[in-house]
Amino acid sequence: MRFNWNWEFTFEILPRLLAATVNTLIAAGAGYTIAVVLGLVLALAQRTPSRVLTFTVREVVEFIRSTPLVLQIFFIFYVGPQFGIRLSPWTAGMIAIGLHYSAYLSEVYRAGIEAVPKGQWEACRALNMSTRDTYVRIIIPQALPPSIAGMGNYLVGIFKDTPMLSVIGVAELMHTANAIGSENYRFLEPYTLVGVIFLAISLPAAALMRIFERRVRRKLGL
Amino acid sequence: MSIIEFLQTYGGLIASGTWVTIAQFLLASAVAIGVALVAGLGKLSGNWLIRGTAVTYIEIFRGTSLLVQLFWIFYVLPLFGLTFDKFTAGFVSVGLNVGAYGAEIVRGAIQAVPKGQWEAAYTLSMSPAKRMRRIILPQALVLMLPSWGNLLIELLKGTALVALISVTDLMFQTRQINASTFLSAQAFGTALVIYYILARFLITPFMRWLERVMARRLGRA
Repeated sequence: MRFNWNWEFTFEILPRLLAATVNTLIAAGAGYTIAVVLGLVLALAQRTPSRVLTFTVREVVEFIRSTPLVLQIFFIFYVGPQFGIRLSPWTAGMIAIGLHYSAYLSEVYRAGIEAVPKGQWEACRALNMSTRDTYVRIIIPQALPPSIAGMGNYLVGIFKDTPMLSVIGVAELMHTANAIGSENYRFLEPYTLVGVIFLAISLPAAALMRIFERRVRRKLGL
Repeated sequence: MSIIEFLQTYGGLIASGTWVTIAQFLLASAVAIGVALVAGLGKLSGNWLIRGTAVTYIEIFRGTSLLVQLFWIFYVLPLFGLTFDKFTAGFVSVGLNVGAYGAEIVRGAIQAVPKGQWEAAYTLSMSPAKRMRRIILPQALVLMLPSWGNLLIELLKGTALVALISVTDLMFQTRQINASTFLSAQAFGTALVIYYILARFLITPFMRWLERVMARRLGRA
């Protein structure tokens, strides 16, 4: 087979790829939602007085961050059935990707929380606020804005990592491109289109993130 | 099957996979560092053609997924007459992907070298090439090492994807073992631990050591 781009074939497969793009975006959105919430839990768990808990969570975060996501996806998908828990590819994929990125996001939050000036803590103490109120009303609202840049980067990152879900059969973009390729014995157009679709989404997304971040910073007078 | 029996039976396969992963890691790192230096310097070039090429490379490789790049390089590039065997396609893809992120690190570090250093080199009438090689790059190197430590761990994780084009690395071997024995927890669990050991107890300490050595050679320790 030589290089010859077939436009007819391109337009034939484009609707299918765009439909799969929706799945990719859903996967990224769902995974990110899990990561945003779980990441906060992991970050706060490292700030309790219990040193055992802090140490354990710290090590777990390190472990998740230093091992490949694709391996974690396989692990969660295949190990469940061994113990009688059957997860659908979507569920397993969302858990894996959410867990993986929650480790990264917890680091972003941690840096954000540590950047809140000490005087804020002391003021809460002086006002006799409960720990819960201190976090919910004073610390977290101040820790989130500086974290936005990092959070945005990982949103784009999670989007770019969704093709790994194809390995357990989640019908996202890469999976669909593989299917089209093997049905037609043509890989040039599907794979190239996948690349183009990724660029078409992630480049504007990254640019939007930068604008959004600047606006937040200006609003806060930073 | 206990984990000990498991390792006795499949230890050989896992070890051979680990060696392939290490080889992929080393080769991909070499590609990534080389490409990052060239693209990072290219992005700072005064020539618009060089700058444009560097920016295009960086944006394309940072804007798409490693998996897409890997499949494209392995399955589509041959149609253009450029055929790589799977082992080469593996480390080249991973290296090019990580190199694009590395290029930004290189650029940032070069720009972070204090202005006085540039001016001093200029005053001593050093040529731009000599200034870069002898004054700016050595100082930039020290500044960028911590970021490279993180990036090399990302690179190690990236090499796991080469299993999907059938490079017989650690990931590939564990999938084979899983497919033939269904001992998923043991197979994937062992692989997770090996990747963790490589990242945490080999790459990270090595980079810390390198940071210390480089700082000392610049007389900053």
